[in-house]
Amino acid sequence: MASSAKIAVQAIAVAAVVGLLALLVWKVTHQPGSGVEKALSEGKQPRAPLFTLKRIGQPGDLALASLRGKAVVVNFWASWCRPCKEELPVLEQTWQRYRNQGLVVVGVDAQDFTTDAKRFANRYGITYPIVHDAPGSTVDRYGVTGFPETFFVDRRGRLVGAHISGSILATGEIKAEFEASVRRALRS
Amino acid sequence: MRPLAVLLLVLAALLAPAAARAGEQHPTLAELEGEVMCPTCHTTLDQSSSPVADRIRAFIRARIAAGDTKSGIERELVAQFGPAILAAPPHKGFGLLAWWLPIAGLLVGLAAVTAGVWQWSRSREPVAAEAAPGEAPLEPELERRVDEELARLDA
Repeated sequence: MASSAKIAVQAIAVAAVVGLLALLVWKVTHQPGSGVEKALSEGKQPRAPLFTLKRIGQPGDLALASLRGKAVVVNFWASWCRPCKEELPVLEQTWQRYRNQGLVVVGVDAQDFTTDAKRFANRYGITYPIVHDAPGSTVDRYGVTGFPETFFVDRRGRLVGAHISGSILATGEIKAEFEASVRRALRS
Repeated sequence: MRPLAVLLLVLAALLAPAAARAGEQHPTLAELEGEVMCPTCHTTLDQSSSPVADRIRAFIRARIAAGDTKSGIERELVAQFGPAILAAPPHKGFGLLAWWLPIAGLLVGLAAVTAGVWQWSRSREPVAAEAAPGEAPLEPELERRVDEELARLDA
């Protein structure tokens, strides 16, 4: 009786440890967005994670799926982020320059107050669509680790070109990479 | 001593809801700073001086000045930043695990210790009553001789 109780307690303890270990492994292997980043770094063109988010400064939602057939620059930003402010005029210029060729710039504002984002967009004269990722789920699915971060989606809905982590104006090389990625998304 | 302890317990039980109500109606920045997360640094606001933490602090200050309740301020923050803005996990879905797992662990631990103590105390009883393990009881003749020898020594 005593030994069977002991074995049962040991079995429960081992099962608990195995369960917690399995949970840890699952959490590590299912990090949101890690797949996107890995695929891009391997030169693959993964499907861009879809999102439908509430628009800022306009009524209704914007769905990435509704932009199929267009090239999309997805820029993650927040109003409190200094490098985001610096690159906004370049994103606006890019949108103005290529919109007739089928390019859309989408600003995904996250970890931010919508009132701040709206005021900020007005101050900088931003006319491209801005959406608010309140729950942070889109940020997670793209594997965004900081702001700003920019992705390029081709007309078939695949991520192409470089994924720029940080300001697109950080160096001349990154700026050139940004322009090349825009052209590549438009070409596809 | 005992009536005093009971009185204190009753007083604490009566005052706790009143204090919670006061916190709900008139929250302080310090109180909320410990319960709201900084979304970029993943610490509570009181441990962060990042730009977004400063902005959230300013928002809380403004809402307190406007007379908002604690739950109202938290609701607004969740609407803007998602549920992860609150330091405490939500009382639903996967978040329930965080609330119940420690309690379950404590109960299981308590049960294991109780069972262990009970088992140990049971196994101790026969030891006292019987001969130690590995020792065979003495033959009656040998026992008689040992008693005689001991009696002789005592005399």
